[in-house]
Amino acid sequence: MDRESIVNILNEHFDQAIENVSEPHGMLTLEVRSDVIKPLIIFLKENESTNFNFLTDITGVHYPHKKEKEFAIVYHLHNWEKNFRLRLKIFKSRENLDVPTISDVFSAANWMERETYDFYGINFVGHPKLIKILNMEDMDYFPMRKEYPMEDATRTDKDDRFFGRDGNEGVKFDNRKKLAGKNE
Amino acid sequence: MSESKKNIVAANSVDSLDGQFATLNLGPTHPATHGIFQNVLKMDGERIQSADQTIGYIHRAFEKIAERRPYNQITPLTDRLNYCSSPINNLGWDMTVEKLIGIEVPKRVDYMRVIIMELARISDHLVCNSVIGVDTGALTGFTYMFQERERIYDLFEEVCGARLTTNIGRIGGFERDFSPVFFNKLNEFLSGFPKRFNEFENLLCRNRIFMDRVINVGPISAERAINYGFTGPNLRAAGVDYDVRVMNPYSSYQDFDFQIPVGESGDTYDRFMVRQEEIKQSLSIIKQALANMPEGNFHAEVPEFYLPPKEEVYRSMEALIYHFKIVMGEMNIPEGEVYFAVEGGNGELGYYLISDGGRTPYRLHFRRPCFVYYQAYPEMIKGSLLSDAILTMSSMNVIAGELDA
Repeated sequence: MDRESIVNILNEHFDQAIENVSEPHGMLTLEVRSDVIKPLIIFLKENESTNFNFLTDITGVHYPHKKEKEFAIVYHLHNWEKNFRLRLKIFKSRENLDVPTISDVFSAANWMERETYDFYGINFVGHPKLIKILNMEDMDYFPMRKEYPMEDATRTDKDDRFFGRDGNEGVKFDNRKKLAGKNE
Repeated sequence: MSESKKNIVAANSVDSLDGQFATLNLGPTHPATHGIFQNVLKMDGERIQSADQTIGYIHRAFEKIAERRPYNQITPLTDRLNYCSSPINNLGWDMTVEKLIGIEVPKRVDYMRVIIMELARISDHLVCNSVIGVDTGALTGFTYMFQERERIYDLFEEVCGARLTTNIGRIGGFERDFSPVFFNKLNEFLSGFPKRFNEFENLLCRNRIFMDRVINVGPISAERAINYGFTGPNLRAAGVDYDVRVMNPYSSYQDFDFQIPVGESGDTYDRFMVRQEEIKQSLSIIKQALANMPEGNFHAEVPEFYLPPKEEVYRSMEALIYHFKIVMGEMNIPEGEVYFAVEGGNGELGYYLISDGGRTPYRLHFRRPCFVYYQAYPEMIKGSLLSDAILTMSSMNVIAGELDA
């Protein structure tokens, strides 16, 4: 099992589903069309030549500066027989965060999807119980999104400007001053 | 019998209770759950019909905090995931960053890490197994094995100065070499521990009362376990020999000769026995690492990422610059995307790291084995007694810190 064979067999069964192939640090990473993700994962699991029997992880990533690809949902699959790991990525825009659930394919996906929903607001359609898992249920925002800065926006002692850069996330210095002014 | 008395008798008869369930709130704080877990149980008499889990009581948003912290400041966060075996989390994180940067550490560092990680595994399994004893009513073994855990913590203290939340190791190696005192203490531990551990094993392993209590309690089939994402001792108890140390060897685990113990039925007894055997295997790994400890440096020569000795900082300009840059979190971390997994105390502990070249990770996700397999708990305890549910939980070794991150 290698990069070629997986890409070929997926191209054969799913027409133009793979949008990008890369291999960062030795793990085959496929960016796939988001509408085929569920049949594709079922295929990878049940086809004898691929046989990805284990779901290692599901998580989300937020790229606020990418308009059409604002949210990534990342799946890690593992074929234990051939010891091959595969990463699948789909991208969604903020307007449409519906992704089919795979909790009926892998029971492990149940909480992983709930966690992803909890932190990023990805709506896993068909999930049996899609409510927040680590945060409080009545929390009405998704805290891992980049628009929620880690630290108090009015703090001035940890100013990234002094290190020659904008803030790594969230609030820039000017906004911070604005926010600070509001409080006065 | 009067008419009213007859009615009372009828109400208490078994038939009329059919389809009536009692709701029992187990947790969030309960002395028998060893951590903050809430289960709302639907009880049919003494049998559990279903369980509704609530987790997140000690959620501390480590993934969010990590997005604001330089790489070397994230190690203390990983301490607090599985706090029964912090060094594995620490070293796993260090190795993740090393993989991202592309640092090759000397062989000696690998072996030192193996010793520390296997000690941590022993202490993790000791706590779990002795607590299974406590939950069956055998407190004696627990008190003795906690003393052994203290000895292991003494060893950690000798290496890094801390006992529980260790922050052991650095990106690129160790803070300092193992001291002669450490080697003395380690040899003392290796010679004394097996005998005391045997006593513990003799107390429980073939103990009729213990066996009756744990065999066939909370079983799970291999197929279901894989589907539920089980890894580590809990999966191996179900009979699947998946171990990250063998599948994707890291830190020179391929140099060592050890067995992967597996169980058959995935019940509490098998989980207990797999952990017992793994402790013995870990001991053997430590002995091999000690016997073949390579000469060499205790850290990689990567001045950009590894703090220079403090005396140097006062004397040499380069050291001062590197010191400042590292402490202020100004290391040049390349862009990249990395998934790295180690065999933690509970299974595959994965780090999914995305770097955009900034001073902090763009995204860091911990694949916590507890979080993944604890969701199988309602299925495992369905139809069992409440006291068995308590045992099932302690034998799964669910650690609240790892569960909630």
